[in-house]
Amino acid sequence: MESNSETKQHSLLSSESGIQRTQYPYVTGSSVVALKYKDGILMAADMGGSYGSTLRYKSVERIKPVGKHSLIGASGEISDFQEIMRYLDEQVLNDHMWDDGNSLGPKEIHSYLTRVMYNRRNKFDPLWNTLILGGVKKGQKFLGMVTMIGVNFEENHIATGFGNHMAQPILRAEWHENLTFEEGVALLEKCMRVLLYRDRSAVNKFQIAKITEEGVTISQPYALKTFWGFQAFENPTAGAEGSW
Amino acid sequence: MANSCVDFPAKGGFSFDLCKRNAMLSDKGLKLPPFRKTGTTIVGLVFQDGVILGADTRATEGPIVCDKNCEKIHYMAPNIYCCGAGTAADTEAVTDMVSSQLQLHRYHTGRESRVVTALTLLKKHLFNYQGYVSAALVLGGVDCTGPHLHTIYPHGSTDTLPFATMGSGSLAAMAVFESNYKEGLSRDEGIKLVSEAICSGIFNDLGSGSNVDVCVITKGHKEYLRNHMLPNPRTYVSERGYSFPKKTEVLMTKITPLKEKVEVIEGGDAMEE
Repeated sequence: MESNSETKQHSLLSSESGIQRTQYPYVTGSSVVALKYKDGILMAADMGGSYGSTLRYKSVERIKPVGKHSLIGASGEISDFQEIMRYLDEQVLNDHMWDDGNSLGPKEIHSYLTRVMYNRRNKFDPLWNTLILGGVKKGQKFLGMVTMIGVNFEENHIATGFGNHMAQPILRAEWHENLTFEEGVALLEKCMRVLLYRDRSAVNKFQIAKITEEGVTISQPYALKTFWGFQAFENPTAGAEGSW
Repeated sequence: MANSCVDFPAKGGFSFDLCKRNAMLSDKGLKLPPFRKTGTTIVGLVFQDGVILGADTRATEGPIVCDKNCEKIHYMAPNIYCCGAGTAADTEAVTDMVSSQLQLHRYHTGRESRVVTALTLLKKHLFNYQGYVSAALVLGGVDCTGPHLHTIYPHGSTDTLPFATMGSGSLAAMAVFESNYKEGLSRDEGIKLVSEAICSGIFNDLGSGSNVDVCVITKGHKEYLRNHMLPNPRTYVSERGYSFPKKTEVLMTKITPLKEKVEVIEGGDAMEE
């Protein structure tokens, strides 16, 4: 995992030794929002990958299925997310090879991810992601989050990044048990629309993913309608000529 | 400290003489006392007949709540009110100052104050102090040109908006506005939306809390609904009461009513204008 270049005694080029550590993220994804509904979990994320302040990639899939029972959504560094997917694919493959009729459920994957993230943070080399894990196994719904320092918890509705500030207030006010699929999608779209208006790194291209006992469905990318026709936006300085 | 033979009288503005000494002290580990910030949620929106302003009522000093029920909606003119976020002293002083200036202006012109006048006076002052006067304001009012709502940032920039939020709880309140605002709201719908936005700030932001104040301004009429909602009542009071340990003993209690000492003349002349 560490890149072992020759450990020089007096290295002018590398910092202390030849080991590289993640100092800051480069290509990042913005928020992911998820909630539990009647039949399972709904998760939404936009498809943008920002390179600093440039919106560099506009078709990044930030929600992926894991095994038969889970969905993972990630915000933060995209390359670290791809690395995490490699680890998870390895786990799922090993699990499949056991061929014992059981398969990894969301709780197990959540636990595994917590350990991975926490251990990396202890080595001062974190995977710069906040992950949302949702799934349904044997009728039990699960929705949990793991941050880049290893903080993990389960909740009925979760948002990462900017979504914590803008989407959580809406979810706290309007989420309730037994949302139908349509209500859940409408609530998620409400949150994503607010994020689209107010988060500078959001793109108007979303995917909504759903996981139920039957399986995973990730929608095709689509855009939300926005409204800009307020009277005050037409001529903001009508009452104050020369102002801005 | 300037080395000059002539002593210049202090001009206006800040004097940065002590900055070097303060920097040296903080290097040595001295921590400044925290300012009393309002750590706030303030909102405003334009509805059918005018403007509605809303604010929470918590004032914080670092991690402590120092005032549970302060007033963040300040009077500027009979038809203009201003909500303030940031350092409490700055918002109070700046709004009081501009309010007096507006009063003088009203006497001078003989007309009702306009919102843009207040806006320009505030903006000039804040820009002059280059952001050191830490006051973020939501200014709203109705004048002869119609209802207006503006936000003013500590560095002096302004925005004219149909709905606005400021303060630490602004994101939570803005989430409510962005999802539920539409034009042409009625008075009750507007008050309900403003209260919802402030409650969103109160319950989702640690710097805001306690009660909701609302101010409705329409043409020729204003309503200041102080403590319009009290969503955080004190639900538990200990029945046993509180007993404090005895400190200084009271030896004697003597009450002297002041009325005997002061001559009260009933029905005297009114003060001359």
